[in-house]
Amino acid sequence: MNFSCDYFELFGCPINYKIDLVLLDKRYHELQSKFHPDRYMRESLHEQRLAVQYVSFVNQAYAELKSPLFRAKYLLSLQSINFSDETHIVHDPLFLMEQIELREKLADIRETDQVSVALEKLKEDASLRYTEIQEMFEGQYNKNDFQVAFDSLAKMQFVSKFLDEIERLEEELDDF
Amino acid sequence: MVLLQISEPGQSPSPHQRRRAAGIDLGTTNSLVASVRSGTPEVLLDADNQYLLPSVVRYNALKESTVGYAAYLQLSTDPLNTLSSVKRFMGRGIQDIKKLGSQMPYELTTQVDGGMPNFKTVAGDVSPVEASAEILKVLVSRSEEALGGTLDGVVLTVPAYFDEAQRQATKDAATLTGVKVLRLLNEPTAAAVAYGLDQGAEGIIAIYDFGGGTFDVSILRLSSGVFQVLATGGDSSLGGDDIDRVVAQWFSEKAGFSDDLSPSLQRELLMSARIAKEELSESIFTEVNVAGWTGVLSREKFNLLINPLVDKTLGCCKRVLRDAKLKASDITNVVMVGGSTRTHLVRQKVADAFHREPLVNIDPDKVVALGAAIQADLLVGNKPDEDMLLLDVIPLSLGLETMGGLMEKIIHRNTTIPIIKSQEFTTFKDGQTAMSVHVLQGERELISDCRSLARFELRGIPPLVAGAAKIQVSFQVDADGLLNVSAKELASGVESRIEVKPSYGLNDKDIARMLQESYGSAKEDMLARALREQQVDARRMREDLLAALKKDGRELLSDTEYSCLELTVRDLDKICDSQSYREISHQIEAASKASEEFAARRMNVSIKKALAGHSLDDMERGI
Repeated sequence: MNFSCDYFELFGCPINYKIDLVLLDKRYHELQSKFHPDRYMRESLHEQRLAVQYVSFVNQAYAELKSPLFRAKYLLSLQSINFSDETHIVHDPLFLMEQIELREKLADIRETDQVSVALEKLKEDASLRYTEIQEMFEGQYNKNDFQVAFDSLAKMQFVSKFLDEIERLEEELDDF
Repeated sequence: MVLLQISEPGQSPSPHQRRRAAGIDLGTTNSLVASVRSGTPEVLLDADNQYLLPSVVRYNALKESTVGYAAYLQLSTDPLNTLSSVKRFMGRGIQDIKKLGSQMPYELTTQVDGGMPNFKTVAGDVSPVEASAEILKVLVSRSEEALGGTLDGVVLTVPAYFDEAQRQATKDAATLTGVKVLRLLNEPTAAAVAYGLDQGAEGIIAIYDFGGGTFDVSILRLSSGVFQVLATGGDSSLGGDDIDRVVAQWFSEKAGFSDDLSPSLQRELLMSARIAKEELSESIFTEVNVAGWTGVLSREKFNLLINPLVDKTLGCCKRVLRDAKLKASDITNVVMVGGSTRTHLVRQKVADAFHREPLVNIDPDKVVALGAAIQADLLVGNKPDEDMLLLDVIPLSLGLETMGGLMEKIIHRNTTIPIIKSQEFTTFKDGQTAMSVHVLQGERELISDCRSLARFELRGIPPLVAGAAKIQVSFQVDADGLLNVSAKELASGVESRIEVKPSYGLNDKDIARMLQESYGSAKEDMLARALREQQVDARRMREDLLAALKKDGRELLSDTEYSCLELTVRDLDKICDSQSYREISHQIEAASKASEEFAARRMNVSIKKALAGHSLDDMERGI
């Protein structure tokens, strides 16, 4: 089976960082409606298995295009630039300082009077930063500045991990 | 001669051609079954016109079982042989069960291999899977009577938050009854289907499903027939049973009973607690009379007692909103499902949490079975033109044990299924020729905090220096949410795969034994049934292949290939009335092998068509 087509082609979206999420959802539903295993219940076992494989591929592609971080990674991988978390180092000292500060804030947040309010504020700040970096990435990618875009991706990864940590703490606070 | 057949779209032309399908809600407290008849789903009644079947099974010394109301009435008089809330034991080990409460009105036998504990009864040891199968059998025969023949398949619902082991145990119970399971469907998703189709709802809905023993919350997006689950969360051991337990505990303290209660007193207290709970949904206080103690329980006090349990469910709601990346204000509707949502405090706190009155239009006891019936009707093939589609997710992350006792997630929770993912690992010792693969489920980092699902070994790795071998481990989760894991050494191609049979589940040998026992004298029936199914399969395959050949054969196959498949069709034709099970299954296997390539080509063509459709649209849109 032809799984070689790229994710953007699969959903009929132009290869670009900016993505039309409404269109993506629409295409996703179309593909699912055609190939979901539920539609193959009356077919042979082999066809059922093919459907499972194909829809798994569609699900994976959809999830990656939907995520701002994975979409960036995927775009660079199309340029044969493969991102792995361990090897890339961010060289921007200002950015690093800012990240250290944010992390310190998070570490101290449990001692704050109104933890959930402080956490919400921190989340807002980080989300704002996240959007800024995404915009930077988009500009650099559009100018074919892939190496610079790669740096932005590394920053995106940083902030995304930080946002994950905030969520984990929020979860912890919900459990009583 | 019929020249023209006109039928409603989505309806099969003649009623007798409709296939028989049912949706079964196997609940902690009550179970029920529904089916789509003349276009609408309805619950099926028993001889006494009751639709709820209490999920209670009583065994006697003759190894006979009674299920339902009759068994329910014996709960406190014959506690050790009368099993209730069996669902809470499905796919669980003794450690999990101890967490359910300090005292259990049962005698449990622990398994040497750490498997599911069995109940000790006069009829011998009974596993939770066997007891569940007894309940299913009653519902299956109720449907077969109502629908006038053998069922072609059922959709069986499970709590969305059920893990692998619990799902597998549920499927095993169905296997013991011999009924074909079309799909395991998550209960909140089933409820959404019933709601969505009945009320024509669109938008983002939250399903708050608080049942007898489990709590689920799912957030779905509904648009033009597609039910897409965005996130799901819950607690598979939190339900009305726990409400009863805290209330019973309070009675016991007030009455000054000792801590060491007899099983029948425990049962009596729990049943009075349940009655009090139900009365407090209507009135603001209730009189209690249990085991010689009389007292009054006010709704206010009741609310105080159960408040921590309700707060726990709200914690799950917060998490699931966060997972869906939504705020409470984004939710268009909240739907209440499950008997425990009749409790005042629950309704009130859910309304506060989501800033809107929850919907209770459909009976919270029926809604899951009704949704399952709709899905069953569709999957069995009664509505070829229906465009409803359910996209569900896995509730808990799946991963592997890595160095240092840590869990590495391969598939994250709330990933849409089906999904296949793989990850590469390497050897850490020079000359290492085997690697053990430990499959886990859960969210925590330490493997000791996660559920161990299976262990297997990949052997025959070529002895290389540490780090040189590349081992690819693939996880495949099917549309039932069941997992399959395989490992492969990439250079040599050495492979090992395992259908994940969770450590707490039953192995195939157990199932074979139980099937044998459960049929006993009816063994002949079972063989006859199996033969009939094979004949049907062979005939279906013949028809399908013939249709495919007619449609795409000339286009996609060479002349030789075409004649080969024609031969396959003829072989199937000859065999489909054979009286030999083996002969037919052999032929089916051969035919499916022979048509594999054709099937793949047809699939490719439809994929290409689907993609070509896109680019055409794009041109029209001017992209």
